[in-house]
Amino acid sequence: MAEQRESHLWKWLLCTPALLVLVLAASGPLFIVLAYSFLTPGTMGGVRWEFSTEGWFRVFLQRDIFDPDEVRWNQAHLTIFWRSISLSLQTTIICAVLGFPTAWFIATRPPHRRALWLFLITIPFWTNLLIRTFAIQELIRNNGTINTLLMRTGIIDSPIQMMFTDFAVLLGMAYVFMPLMVLPLYAAMDKLDFRLVEAGYDLYASRIKVLWYVILPLVKPGFIAGSILVFIPSIGAYVTPRVLGGGRTMMLGNLIALQFGQGRNWPLGAALAVVMLVIVVTTLVLYLRWANREGGQVRV
Amino acid sequence: MFRRSYSVSHLPGFGFVAILTFLMLYLPILVLVIFSFNAGVSQSIWEGFSLQWYEAAFRNRQVRDVSIRSLWLAATAAGIATMVATLAALGTTRTGRFPGQTMIYALINQPLMVPEVVTGVALLIFVAAIKVQTGYTGMGYLVAAHTAFCIPFAYLPIRARLETMDINLERAAADLYATPLQAFRYITLPLLVPGILAGFMLGFVISLDTVVITEFVKSAGQDTLPTYMLGQLRRTVTPEMNAIATLFLALSLMIVTAFFLITRKRGA
Repeated sequence: MAEQRESHLWKWLLCTPALLVLVLAASGPLFIVLAYSFLTPGTMGGVRWEFSTEGWFRVFLQRDIFDPDEVRWNQAHLTIFWRSISLSLQTTIICAVLGFPTAWFIATRPPHRRALWLFLITIPFWTNLLIRTFAIQELIRNNGTINTLLMRTGIIDSPIQMMFTDFAVLLGMAYVFMPLMVLPLYAAMDKLDFRLVEAGYDLYASRIKVLWYVILPLVKPGFIAGSILVFIPSIGAYVTPRVLGGGRTMMLGNLIALQFGQGRNWPLGAALAVVMLVIVVTTLVLYLRWANREGGQVRV
Repeated sequence: MFRRSYSVSHLPGFGFVAILTFLMLYLPILVLVIFSFNAGVSQSIWEGFSLQWYEAAFRNRQVRDVSIRSLWLAATAAGIATMVATLAALGTTRTGRFPGQTMIYALINQPLMVPEVVTGVALLIFVAAIKVQTGYTGMGYLVAAHTAFCIPFAYLPIRARLETMDINLERAAADLYATPLQAFRYITLPLLVPGILAGFMLGFVISLDTVVITEFVKSAGQDTLPTYMLGQLRRTVTPEMNAIATLFLALSLMIVTAFFLITRKRGA
């Protein structure tokens, strides 16, 4: 028994350096955020150490400038919350619609070619997100590649405004997060028993019916995992909406950053960060509970 | 010639959409790379081949400084992360469940789940408080932040390597009177090297790519290549930025390819 305990101690000792770094520079500061959300903003940024719930109050509400007792919804914040959730869901849908055929295409290649196609999907995933966002910016700017081409060929007379719109943010996020949908979908299809698909056709099912009643239910775990993997970074997006959306099409991440910059309201920023974290963790917990119910075959 | 058999894996239109998706993934990057070689200032009209933007990038002192800082930071952070992740992997693999294991996994994987902007502002607050107390404004904060962020990426391939390793080899060493330390030094560690290398490479790439956390943690004059680029994107961008991005892409591509070759050899 004593020996058993000693060996556990060894495992803990081996993990200690890693855990120390993680607690100091990743997990620990999250609790400080929670504490700061209940303080009073300092005039030059930072905080004063006085308890206040004003930061939390301002997440969704605001007071009238002239009559502090009159409370209204904070429309600007509600708009940004709604845009974040809506754009993230739309990104997930676009990635699913394009990612499913792509994953299917890879999974049905001859085995020795699959690695190459898979590699082609993985490369963008490992290349800098900022550079990929920059690449999209160069395409859709007013004097970017697409507008220049369209104007030179005479299809349009004046450039189409694509930058700084919801469309730009959506395009950018779908572009940068696509691999996150394809990879888990492929993993699910790779395990797919094609004899079941064949059985469907043997029983005179049409292609659509086989897709709907045989293939989709079997790759559902991959779909859900992919959707989670796309939705979570979309909700937390900061770079893509900052570069492609600018100040007028902010998402939650940009609103948080704003409070620590020009907004000079750290407690509000901290409260908003906690809200974002809650959204992400809730999504993850719901997913894990679903995954466990399905038999625990899926891993995050 | 027989009649073509009914392909069970065929779904009409899927191949088309897939090719379209691949094009969509690569065309923007391709355009970016092509116009880095443009003779003119335009990023949409081709005016002939030229390396002038690469020359401009190399002559740009600021670009040189931030590139060196990025590479140094990535090497340092990935190095430390790989070391501590190797120890953690040794502690958490090839054992039954032990008390606190779930918590250790949760802590290690935490940076993967928390949005970068949340970690960023959390570190901003924390670092601001330490700066006031100690007055230290060096690179230590960035190293710590990047190291923590790299740990889960470094940990994964090392753990994967350990899990597929034959534990009998170490038992054999022990049978031959090797001390645990000798067994580790002469058996476990050499077998683990590909995993450690892979972990370091992933960590390196991740640190190079990290922009949000750096943006919030950095002090004045600590711009890395990504935060420098992020700042420049607000202005009118010349193809010099394309040239920098292309070089950056080439570096990432080389590391990722090397990573795949290392991890693939393991499977063979």
